[in-house]
Amino acid sequence: MTATRDKFGRPIVVVTGMGVVTSLGSGKADNWKKLTAGESGIRTITRFPTDGLKTTMAGTVDFIPVEPFSSTDLSERLGELVAEEAIAQAGIGTKGDFPGPLFLAVAPVEVEWPQRQELGRAIGASSEVDYDAMLRVSGGGRFAQYHRRFLFGSVADHLAEKFGTKGSPISLSTACASGASAIQLGVEAIRRGEADATLCVATDGSVNPEALVRFSLLSALSTHNDPPQAAVRPFSKNRDGFVMAEGAGALVLESYEAATARGAQILGILAGCGELADSFHRTRSSPDGKPIIGCVRNALSDAGIVSDQIDYINAHGTGTPENDKMEYLGISTVFGERATQIPVSSNKSMVGHTLSAAGAVEAVFSLLTLEHQRIPPTINYDIPDPAIPFDVVPNKARDARVTAVMSNSFGFGGQNASLVLTREPL
Amino acid sequence: MTETTSSGRATAEVWITGIGLATSLGEGLDAHWDALNQRRINVDEQGFAPYVVHPLAPVNFDIQIPKKGDQRQMEAWQRIGTYAAGLALESAGIKGNKEILARMDMIVAAGGGERDLAVDSNILNSEAKGNSAPGFLNERLMNDLRPTLFLAQLSNLLAGNIAIVHGVTGSSRTFMGEEAAGVDAARIALARIAAGQSDIALIGGSQNGERKDLLVLYEFGNFNLTGKFTPVWARGEKSGFALGSGGAFLVIESRAHAEARGAKPYARLTNVVADMTRRKQPGEIAATLERLWSKVGKLGNDCAIITGATGAEPATSEERTFLSKHPDFAVRASGTTFGHTMETQFPLGLALAALSIERGALFPPNDPAGVEVEMSKPPTQIVVIGTGHWRGEGMALVEAIK
Repeated sequence: MTATRDKFGRPIVVVTGMGVVTSLGSGKADNWKKLTAGESGIRTITRFPTDGLKTTMAGTVDFIPVEPFSSTDLSERLGELVAEEAIAQAGIGTKGDFPGPLFLAVAPVEVEWPQRQELGRAIGASSEVDYDAMLRVSGGGRFAQYHRRFLFGSVADHLAEKFGTKGSPISLSTACASGASAIQLGVEAIRRGEADATLCVATDGSVNPEALVRFSLLSALSTHNDPPQAAVRPFSKNRDGFVMAEGAGALVLESYEAATARGAQILGILAGCGELADSFHRTRSSPDGKPIIGCVRNALSDAGIVSDQIDYINAHGTGTPENDKMEYLGISTVFGERATQIPVSSNKSMVGHTLSAAGAVEAVFSLLTLEHQRIPPTINYDIPDPAIPFDVVPNKARDARVTAVMSNSFGFGGQNASLVLTREPL
Repeated sequence: MTETTSSGRATAEVWITGIGLATSLGEGLDAHWDALNQRRINVDEQGFAPYVVHPLAPVNFDIQIPKKGDQRQMEAWQRIGTYAAGLALESAGIKGNKEILARMDMIVAAGGGERDLAVDSNILNSEAKGNSAPGFLNERLMNDLRPTLFLAQLSNLLAGNIAIVHGVTGSSRTFMGEEAAGVDAARIALARIAAGQSDIALIGGSQNGERKDLLVLYEFGNFNLTGKFTPVWARGEKSGFALGSGGAFLVIESRAHAEARGAKPYARLTNVVADMTRRKQPGEIAATLERLWSKVGKLGNDCAIITGATGAEPATSEERTFLSKHPDFAVRASGTTFGHTMETQFPLGLALAALSIERGALFPPNDPAGVEVEMSKPPTQIVVIGTGHWRGEGMALVEAIK
């Protein structure tokens, strides 16, 4: 009989369902085909006017209709799609009755410009528009739907109802590490024996004018607008920032015991999770790299393995000058000489940075890498940065023997999270 | 729905060893205890009229956030929270203890999104005057938004600021989702420590209630209390809540960890349970509270209730129905005194419960409606209730350590 517990005596956590949507397309099959073909989903923004913006491209998901449109409505729709795909693959529960809790990574919800402009119109041109005037027209129930829509918990509320997840759904944000954190919360709940199954969803539909401006004002975005497909250049010498993107990823996690008992197909093992916060700066990593190093080591030790056992790193790889440099420092400190030999590729070179969703989107791609024994490339890698001598799997996908993957996520506010995923139980 | 419970295979006992409060009543535990016993309420009916708010009492932020540069990088909600978190660490005796802070976990319940009201108003005014060229909004935002405002808006940057200012770096997780976020922050932190996944954690939240942009969101749903202040239980047909400003943080740790460092506990955090009923039928909230009550723990004769009841309907009436079935328990509504601090209300309730247990008394009632009655004996157990104004139900059991 196969052991159902890991070497620490905890229930082994397995993946039995996955769903993904990115700017490349909807679903695992379409995404994997394009990802391994080295296609880019980055395009010139058509959703709103880009006049006056320094960055005019993004990895938008425009092929999924959402009406009325808001970033929160799009996030919710993308979350629904990936959860549906994941639950269908897992074949767990019955329709609208998922037998476990929901952990949702979601961008912080807020009232957006179209709603604010609607209030402005309700006030009318005859009086001064300020927040007192906005307050005067907000009540009376005429905009009640915006209270429901723009509560921080609204996306989780909707997904919990639609999929019938159990208990209090958790909405979380650890910035660009949110997707990995949602998975970590799901893993921990199963290890504690609280649940046999968890639904971990991460979604982001944030490409709107103010969100773009915010990142632009922090000088975080690439301005390589033409051609947009060449904008994200992780680990290249001429990288100049990340590209905002939309997408979602979902995993159904189960205890190995519960999954095998119901005869579910096991897609991979969530072997370890690590996290460590950085107290150096709000947007920059500690120059000594210690928090990243500690995070990576925490993930390895949580999985009960050493760095030699990792044979592919799915990098955070945003393409900002700062991130890629710090990621190399972190990886090379932990992996030593192997840092230049082990394949390290960035999915973001193709799908862009899906922000709150990235950790889960990249966990799905890591699991597909394990399944297909094929590593997606880092595209737009024409001018190597000599300071980052990673094997970035440049421009073309590569067949390889992959048994254990590390997937890294780092975010503003000192957020660091790493996952270790394997094909078989360790 | 079935409840999510933190008990699982839990074994480790968890103590509350630090409390940090900065609210409309003041800062620190003595100031709060005195104000509660004097039935003092700090409420502002004028500044945001017709909306009622509970303003933050004057606080010298320099004490907990010594660098002005740090203060400038935060909006009010983050300053309040970072301040209260510092008080909690100080109260637990671990302020500046790098060894512990470096491995201390953190779960913050946060809102966010504090706006620059002048920027928004100017843009809307220009648009009202016909300025609607393509790219007008982009141009104004590019020119008018402060580059660092985004960081003051991001939900996870309260935790980020606590890491920067106080050095809490073991982990940093931010839960969103109004009242339920505060319940779940406590629930998950407790579950992790109880299961041995963590030794010590900082949990809590903060809100700046003196915000017109926040009032707009709740005004959409007609939730704001207007006109004259009334206590939560006396709102009757004029339902709603007065937003409150405040931060509440707690340090919780395993008993073994506390004893090893010689920490003095305020109380034990025995259990946290939560659920989210759909609220489609009348009575669902009361039924959910009843179910959580049956799971929260074995309750004796010296047990009281501190609830974060908001004053919003139908939630508060249903909660009152639930309470009326348990008439032997003295009840206190934190919302009367502190207003509604949203994500922070449940951590605030935990803090008041732990403080009451440590001081050996339940603070006096503050309620003309008669729901709250005197409790003459020292409480040995307090159930903290968090019923969201729109969604989410939670309960915790805080107990005296004998």
